Amino acid sequence: MPQFDPTFYATQLFWLCVTFVLLYLLMSTMAMPKIGAVLEERQRRIDDNLDKAGQLKAEAEAAIALYEKALAESRAQAQDLLRHSAETLSKQAEERQKQLGERLAGQVKAGEARINAAKEQALAHVRGIATEVAKSTAAKLTGVTLDDSKVSAAVSAVLEEGR
Amino acid sequence: MANPVEQFKIQPLVPIEVGGVNLSFTNSALFMVVSVVLVTAFLTLSVRGRAMIPGRWQSLAEILYEFVANMIRDNVGSEGRKYFPFIFSLFMFVLFGNLLGMVPYTFTYTSHIIVTFGLAVVVFIGVTIIGFARHGAGYLRMFFPHGAPLATAVILVPIELISYCSRPFSLAIRLFANMTVGHIILKVMGGFVVALGVFGIVPMAFLGGVTILEFGIAVLQAYVFAILSCIYLHDAIHMH
Repeated sequence: MPQFDPTFYATQLFWLCVTFVLLYLLMSTMAMPKIGAVLEERQRRIDDNLDKAGQLKAEAEAAIALYEKALAESRAQAQDLLRHSAETLSKQAEERQKQLGERLAGQVKAGEARINAAKEQALAHVRGIATEVAKSTAAKLTGVTLDDSKVSAAVSAVLEEGR
Repeated sequence: MANPVEQFKIQPLVPIEVGGVNLSFTNSALFMVVSVVLVTAFLTLSVRGRAMIPGRWQSLAEILYEFVANMIRDNVGSEGRKYFPFIFSLFMFVLFGNLLGMVPYTFTYTSHIIVTFGLAVVVFIGVTIIGFARHGAGYLRMFFPHGAPLATAVILVPIELISYCSRPFSLAIRLFANMTVGHIILKVMGGFVVALGVFGIVPMAFLGGVTILEFGIAVLQAYVFAILSCIYLHDAIHMH
């Protein structure tokens, strides 16, 4: 077999040395850094994108939190406003009711006073009429014309008794 | 029928002699140069585009790169990082030598014991130097396992020593034998195909299968050569 013929051992070892050293230099200085750079760049890009995605997610979460806070705030504000206006309205209604009641009470009092006055007047009239009737009745029955003041006193006494 | 070992014959293409030593540029040297050119062209041209999404060629180059990188990381560890260019060159040199040999009318330099032995000796000497550089005289403990009774040293040390020193031979002979036998089988079967005429179809079918197998062996032996180098490197760095 030619493999065991030492004639070409030296040349094969020499050229093996030359080519392998050349290959090693080409690989370590040219080919491998290039491939390594491509792989590294891809990895960096992937990491970058992952980072960016994480950042965007955090931003979105912050925005959601902010939105929810604003929502809660405006809800509280609306409730506050609602309660406030309800209070104001009920206070106003109470006030108006009180005023109305006072006015009505005043009117009732005035009406009662008027009624009382009318009653007094009517009673006075009754006394006058009773005196007239008593005087004319006495005149008709006895033919005596009685003195006005006497009749009036008598009628007053009777009225006082009837009361 | 052609002589099946004729394919291994060395032919000087450019006769060179330096100081009485024959350093002729032979067909073996030619294919080593071809291999170096092809490996370099393949690995540099394929990643020239620096594409984020690799094409077929770039993908292949990246797969080979990461394959060897993972091999070193798994078998040697992080300290093996600086030997990555060497292991990668070794793997590519053997792989392309084996695969180029599968092309008809080419010369398979990995089928020559002196070439495989040359590579194996480089690995052996390199590993031994690294071992002594890292551990000093402590590297000699390689030849005597931890915890073994001192009396067994008489037997264990020679065994370990022989096993250690036979590494370059096993490394060299494994690759050489696989390549040589594979090519002889292909040649012999090819001879049968021609000799049997019409019935040559039978060895022809067999030849197809063997060719596929040989491609597998070509890749596998390159892998074995590289991974054994990694394991030896691991031994030198971590000691067992």
